[in-house]
Amino acid sequence: MIAAHLPALQIAIPLIAAPICLLLRRESLAWAWATFISWVVFALAWMMLEKTLTGGAFNYELGGWEAPWGIEYQVDAVNAFILLIVAAIGAIVMPYARASVNREIPEHKRGLFYTAYLLCLTGLLGITITGDAFNVFVFLEVSSLSSYALIAMGRDPKALTAAFQYLIMGTIGATFILIGIGLMYQMTGTLNMADLAKRLPAVEDSRPVLAAFAFFIVGVCLKLALFPLHLWLPNAYAYAPSVVTAFLAATATKVSVYVLYRFVFTIFGQSFSFDVIPLESILLVLSLAGIFAASTVAIFQTNVKRLLAYSSVAQIGYIMLGVALVTVAGLTASILHIFNHAIMKGALFLCMGAVYYQIGSVKIEDMNGIGKKMPFTMFAFVIAGLGLIGVPLTVGFISKWYLITAVLERGWWPVAVLILLSSLLAVIYIWRVVEAAYFKSGDDEVVVEEAPLSMLIPIYVLTGASVYFGIETSLPVETAAEAARQLLGIGG
Amino acid sequence: MTISSLPPGLILVFGAFLLPIVGPFLRPLLVLALPLLTIWQVWHMPEGASPAFTLMGYEIITVNVDALGRLFALIFSLMAFAGGLFALNQKRILELSAAFTYAGSAVGVAFAGDLITLFVFWEIMALGSTIVLLSADTPQATKAAMRYFMVHMFGGALMLTGIFLYVFDTGGVVLTEMKPDTVGTALILAGILVNAAAPPLSAWLADAYPEASWSGTVFLSAFTTKAAVYVLIRTFPGTELLIYVGVFMIFYGITMALLENDMRRILAYSIVNQVGFMVTGIGIGTEMALNGAAAHAFAHIIYKALLLMSAGSVLYMTGKRKCTDLGGLFQSMPLTTLCGTIGALAISAFPWTSGFVSKSMINQAAANEHLALLWFCLMAASAGVFLHAGIKFPWFVFFQKDSGLRPKDPPWNMRFAMILFSAFCIGLGVWPEHLYALLPFAVDYEPYTDAHLLNALQLLLFAGLAFFLMLPMMKRTLTISLDTDWFYRRLATAIIDRIGTFIGNTDKAIRERTMSGLNSILDYVWQHHGPEGSMARTWTTGNMVLLVTIFLCVYLVFSFI
Repeated sequence: MIAAHLPALQIAIPLIAAPICLLLRRESLAWAWATFISWVVFALAWMMLEKTLTGGAFNYELGGWEAPWGIEYQVDAVNAFILLIVAAIGAIVMPYARASVNREIPEHKRGLFYTAYLLCLTGLLGITITGDAFNVFVFLEVSSLSSYALIAMGRDPKALTAAFQYLIMGTIGATFILIGIGLMYQMTGTLNMADLAKRLPAVEDSRPVLAAFAFFIVGVCLKLALFPLHLWLPNAYAYAPSVVTAFLAATATKVSVYVLYRFVFTIFGQSFSFDVIPLESILLVLSLAGIFAASTVAIFQTNVKRLLAYSSVAQIGYIMLGVALVTVAGLTASILHIFNHAIMKGALFLCMGAVYYQIGSVKIEDMNGIGKKMPFTMFAFVIAGLGLIGVPLTVGFISKWYLITAVLERGWWPVAVLILLSSLLAVIYIWRVVEAAYFKSGDDEVVVEEAPLSMLIPIYVLTGASVYFGIETSLPVETAAEAARQLLGIGG
Repeated sequence: MTISSLPPGLILVFGAFLLPIVGPFLRPLLVLALPLLTIWQVWHMPEGASPAFTLMGYEIITVNVDALGRLFALIFSLMAFAGGLFALNQKRILELSAAFTYAGSAVGVAFAGDLITLFVFWEIMALGSTIVLLSADTPQATKAAMRYFMVHMFGGALMLTGIFLYVFDTGGVVLTEMKPDTVGTALILAGILVNAAAPPLSAWLADAYPEASWSGTVFLSAFTTKAAVYVLIRTFPGTELLIYVGVFMIFYGITMALLENDMRRILAYSIVNQVGFMVTGIGIGTEMALNGAAAHAFAHIIYKALLLMSAGSVLYMTGKRKCTDLGGLFQSMPLTTLCGTIGALAISAFPWTSGFVSKSMINQAAANEHLALLWFCLMAASAGVFLHAGIKFPWFVFFQKDSGLRPKDPPWNMRFAMILFSAFCIGLGVWPEHLYALLPFAVDYEPYTDAHLLNALQLLLFAGLAFFLMLPMMKRTLTISLDTDWFYRRLATAIIDRIGTFIGNTDKAIRERTMSGLNSILDYVWQHHGPEGSMARTWTTGNMVLLVTIFLCVYLVFSFI
């Protein structure tokens, strides 16, 4: 019974849980409920990934309405993997959230916080699972609106303006996507993805379809923060509550990347997408520019959360570089980096959350000597930071390895050299934090304690994962390779 | 993963992180104990490869012990000990930590059995040495460190790309002999040569090292170039190109050192020159030549560190580093003078010093292969080394005119470090068989034959004579007194001076052009990416939207054409 309705439950459970959470009122109950739901969602996502990996892709028709009239959920290796990433990050972040939220968010807003979080989770999962183009937009709005609210809850007054800018930019992005979907609907009369893929080739030379593609690409690049459309991201991540930053950085832009995969490869098709505009060169240039520009900006940041946010923009560059290769190896590297980056960035932002919890700041100059005062937190930061640099035995190395192998397979030499050079920029910005934490002496008068266990355990789960999956790579690599093959329609 | 696959270098790397944590009483103990423990561990590593684990289907051999690797690991850890002892009163703990990380990863390089392990330690070395430079904490050092870092990161990127290609071509990661005939191996070679200070990027060394602190330069002189020499012996023995590269480095180093006034920069150029001898030996590639290169690296680390320790002591006690500001220090710093002179004799390959027993092997190897021209070059260069490092450095710093400075000999630990390395310089020279026993190939060479001795002494005496005859010209920055014979003296001086100045200016121009290029890149980056730069500023919402609109238009235009 449960097995048959897995896809529906994946969305329905957090969606229904959100208003219940609002009714619970008491902060501790709301937190317990949201945590419980996150774990249920994680279990469901895990079961679905198992099912797709053993039994192949499957469909689910909501309410028994037959596609293409009804809404259909389609689960294959690609989105099952993304679902797992989103759900896993949610499940890991929630136990951490209590202490952090209690410190950063006023009491009367805490119930709302967990409600918004559940809605955001629903939205992200919904975007990923659905097989209906319009449904993508609906869930995109669900997740975006709730994330604006979540970001605005940040303690810093700047959080409000950051959320407002994100709202404007996010809405434009979503609108562009909607315009794209609308134009496609106009030309084909269908919203079902599989059906769209079948009908689009007949009308692919028409102007509305060309315009649809342009609107879609710009909209989705805005949502996934591809340089130079990333401008909303740094402030949004820097001033949001710590938990929100960790959760969104690991999931939100990644889900948008998934939307890009789905539309570019499944709906429009590889030959249309890369012929109609020079998408390959555009993505290549923008990702490389993003990697270098954002990493360099990160070096000069004084707020570590903002530093990591710029680093995220650079990491998006690596992910999109894999897409620009348009090969199985390139897409594998891209999907793999989504997974690996979620782990590393999640861990890093959680560490910063713990630092903020104890000293109320994440400015580099306030973190002098914190390595001695919070040894466990900062050790985790160093390990996850090594991953970001791409040191062997961490997931970052695996990502770089596959990406560079894929680049060399295409014979793009200089790009490989550039990728390697760019990792050195990561060395510099991670080092700046390490230098302050370990080699500068802080004020010994101020007593700073280590973060509570409820924060340390989630941090170490992610840090441990960043080492574990750096050595035992079979799960992410094989799943990513399978997903890449499915996206390009090669093999099983 | 077993104990034997744990690289002994990690003792220093991880130990380095303890240094800032332990108190000031325990710290000196740790500084001395960590390298000793490493030496012991290096000495007792069983020979052979210990595969540690498999990464993506490649076997990672973190430790592969053989005679060559052990020789280098030994000298690296010995250097860490003497350097640590010398630097005990360095106030900046960061420098010591970085230096130990740097030394430990050099030991790691010496035992690395595969390219991935090698690369990891290689990059930690680059990072560690940059931090050693940075911790001098002067504006010049900071700028120099950034340039140093950029050059090494460029070299690292070349090397890693090469490794990727090599793995792509051959399907293996084992560190083994290669030929630079594919793009991959050529890139690996290029990456190694960047670290060896080979042309065209030789300038980074003399640009950066003299900017480090009095103790930092001692560490810096030892590891980066010699680790590159080690990897070259391991990967590219007998590559003819290396002979030319090496000879160029030899003469580049001599010429620049003769024209230089900063005492530590003289010694830095002399590193390029000495590494040139080793690279040439590797290019010759016979067993004797490789033995010579390895032995010379071993001996060179000791006497160059000794020379820089004496220079460091002078800097520590006087705060001055220009030859023209120094002189006459032998009266108040007798021990430093003695040790500096021993180092100078060793670098000049004076008989009964370590330089003699090692460098003569390379010369002999050239002779054995009937490379007559090369042999003459090496002989001429040996005289040149004596001129710039053997006489010029001690003469202008410790003797010459009296500068009026009367500093004392440095504190006990610095004296001990210098005495220790002086003892090594002479000990290895008098009993070379102990060094020869450690070399990778069996040694069939007797340094102390009448012919060798005669040859060496002849060369050194004439070079010495030449120095004092040309003293007016050597004192480049001092006024030359006019005499009745001013006409031919002026003329001769002018011509030699002109040539010297020309070479000097050309090199300076190239170096300054490159370095100011790097600086302007840094400035540009700061302007656009710094906290107030256009890339980092918070944009107004209106501008963001405008940008999005422009993007949409561009995409639409692309779609419709």
